[in-house]
Amino acid sequence: MTRFIARRLVGMLAVLFAVSVIVFLIFNVVPNSNPAQRLAGKNATPVLVKSIEEEWGFDKSLPEQYVTMMEKIFTGELTSYKPRIPVDEQIFERIPATFSLSIGAAIIWLAFGLLLGYISAVKAGGWLDRLLTGVAIAGVSIPVFLIAPVFLYLFTYKLEIFPNAQYVPFTENPAEWVDHLILPWITLAILSIGFYSRVLRSNMLDVMHEDYVRTARAKGLSERRVMTRHVLRNSLIPIVTLFGLDFGATIAGTAIITEFLYSLDGIGLYAIEAVQKFELPPVMGVTMYGAFFVVLVNALVDIAYAYLDPRVRLGEAAS
Amino acid sequence: MSAPLLEVRDLRVGFATEGGLLQAVDGVSFEVRPGEVVAIVGESGSGKSVTAQTIIGLTRSKNARIEGSVTFEGTELLEAPDATLRKLRGDRVAMIFQDPMTSFNPVYRLGKQIAEAIRAHRPEISKGEAGERAIELFESVGIPDPKHRVDCYPHEFSGGMRQRAMIAMALALEPDLLIADEPTTALDVTIQAQIMDLLRELNERRNLATILITHDLGVVAEAADRVLVMYAGRVVEQGTLEQIFYDPQHPYTWGLMGSLSRLDRPRPKRLPQIAGAPPSLLALPEGCSFRPRCPHEFESCTDLPPLEARLTEEPGHCDRCWLSPDEKRQKRQVGGQIGLEAPAP
Repeated sequence: MTRFIARRLVGMLAVLFAVSVIVFLIFNVVPNSNPAQRLAGKNATPVLVKSIEEEWGFDKSLPEQYVTMMEKIFTGELTSYKPRIPVDEQIFERIPATFSLSIGAAIIWLAFGLLLGYISAVKAGGWLDRLLTGVAIAGVSIPVFLIAPVFLYLFTYKLEIFPNAQYVPFTENPAEWVDHLILPWITLAILSIGFYSRVLRSNMLDVMHEDYVRTARAKGLSERRVMTRHVLRNSLIPIVTLFGLDFGATIAGTAIITEFLYSLDGIGLYAIEAVQKFELPPVMGVTMYGAFFVVLVNALVDIAYAYLDPRVRLGEAAS
Repeated sequence: MSAPLLEVRDLRVGFATEGGLLQAVDGVSFEVRPGEVVAIVGESGSGKSVTAQTIIGLTRSKNARIEGSVTFEGTELLEAPDATLRKLRGDRVAMIFQDPMTSFNPVYRLGKQIAEAIRAHRPEISKGEAGERAIELFESVGIPDPKHRVDCYPHEFSGGMRQRAMIAMALALEPDLLIADEPTTALDVTIQAQIMDLLRELNERRNLATILITHDLGVVAEAADRVLVMYAGRVVEQGTLEQIFYDPQHPYTWGLMGSLSRLDRPRPKRLPQIAGAPPSLLALPEGCSFRPRCPHEFESCTDLPPLEARLTEEPGHCDRCWLSPDEKRQKRQVGGQIGLEAPAP
C-alpha cells in the first residue's frame, strides 16, 4: 500500500509537470501573447512596456519564467495580471460551488444510471428495456446547452417551481442550496445517466454468460440473488473506472457550460474568464487544480478497484 | 433392483435460432438409480451437456423448446415451477462444471461461496456454522490446510484444487444425484486421475448417483456403470460399460473406440480418426445422422433406425444401426477407416 501511494505520488508529479509545461508553452506560442503589451494599455510607450516586462519578468527566458511561475503556484503567491488578485484565493472561493454541483450531480447520475441499467439488463428484450433504451439514447443525445435553457424556461419562468440559479452556500441556507442546485444537477446528470445505464446493461448481459453465473444458478440461489450478488457485483468493476474518469473531469471543471448557463460562479466560469482575458496565471492555476483532482480521483479508483476485484493487488502491480 | 432416482423419457430440447429450430437433444431416454454412475459420451455439440442442464432447468429460456419428461423421485421436473427446481438444485441435485477456472465467482472467497450455497437452502444455519461446514467439506475432498484455504480467492487455487473446491461445494448439502459435466476436461492428466478417484470414492462412500458427461473414454472406463453414446442430439448406443467397450454395436462407437490409443493393442502408425465433422444441427442428414461419415452406409440408412435392442441375449444393449449383429461383428474387425483394430494374436 505504501509502495502504491509512493508510485502514485511520483506519477501525479509527472502529470502535473507535463500538463503545466504544455499549457505554458501554448500560451507563449500563441501570437500576440506578450502580456506586457496588454498590461501597458493601448497607447503605451516602449519604456512603459519595458518596465512592465522587467517588473513581471517577461523579458527572461521561457524556462526561467516557467520556474518562477511554478514557484509562485506552490507558494500561493501567484496573482492574475489585471487586476492583481491572488489566484489561489479565487480558486478556493469557487471550489464550494463546483464541488456542490459535481458531487450532487455525480450521486444522481450514479444512482439513476445504475438503477435504470440494472432494470434494463434484467428485463433485456422486453418492452421496459426498449423504453429505457429510448430514454437513455435521448439523454445521451440532448446537449447540455439545450437542456439548461429549456429547464430554466419551463421550471423557473413558466412554472416558477425553482429559483433562477445563482449559488447559495450550503452553510448559509441548506434548503436554498438544494433548491438552487436541483436544475443544474439534473442538467449535468442526464447525459451520464443515459450513458451509465447503457454501459451497465451491456456489462451485465456479458456477465450473465459467465460460467460462475451458471454455477450460482446450479447452487439453487434465487434469481434476484444471482442478479445482484453475482451479475451486478461483477458488472460494477468497469463502472468504477468510468466513474473515476468522469467525476475527476467534472470536478476539474468540465461542467463549464452548466455553470455558465445557471450562473454558478464555479471553477469553470473562472477558467472561461481567464482564457477570454488571456491571463496565464489563473489558467495555469485552474489547470493544476484540475490535473490534481483528476489524478487524485484516479488513484482512489485504483484503491477501490483492488477492493472490488481481489485479483488486482496494488503492491504486486509494480512488478 | 432399486427404483430409479431420475427418469428421463423422450427428452427433446430445441432452441429457436435465427437459422431455425436447433434440435440440440432429440428423444433421449435413460434412468439413474441410487449409487449408479451413468456416463454420457459424445463429441462437442452432441447434446450431452444440454441434456444434463435441462434436467435441473438450467436451459429454460424464452427460446428453448423443451418436451418429454424428467422425473426425480417421481416428481415431474419439466413442468415444475422455477421455485421447485431452484429448491432441488444444489440441495438434492448438484452439478459440477467443466472449467473450474471460470466456474467460481472471482470476487468472493471460496468458503463464502460454499456458505452461500448452504444458506440458500438452509437459511436457519448461521454464517459461522456454514463457514465451519465449508472447512469440513474442504477437508473431505482432500484440500490441505482447509482452515486457511477457505479464505482464499479462486485465483489463488490451482485448477485441480479448484475442481476439488467445486466438488466440495456440490457436496455441501449431501445431494442424491451429482451431475458432473466434463469434470476433468480442463485438467492435466495426473490431476484428472485424482479427481476421478475422488468422485469414485464419493460415489461409493455416499451412494451418490452420478451422471458423468465426458468425451474421454478413459474416464468412462474407470468410473461408469452404464454408458450412453450420443451423436448429433440422439443416443446412438446405450448399454452397460462391458457391453459398450467389449461389444460395441454402432459404427460411431467403433470410431470412438478405434481412435483411442491402447496399451493392449499393437501400436498403429497413426491414431485412427473418424473422417469428416459432425453435421450441423440445423441441417441434419436424412435418416441416420452418422450416415455421411459412415463407411458402412447402405440403402436402409436413409431411414432413421430406432434405438432398440438388436441382440436377443442383451436386452439392455440398444443401438441405432440397421446392420445385423453378425454384419456388425464382421465389419468392426476389419480395421481401416472405421472399425476396431483386430486384437493382438
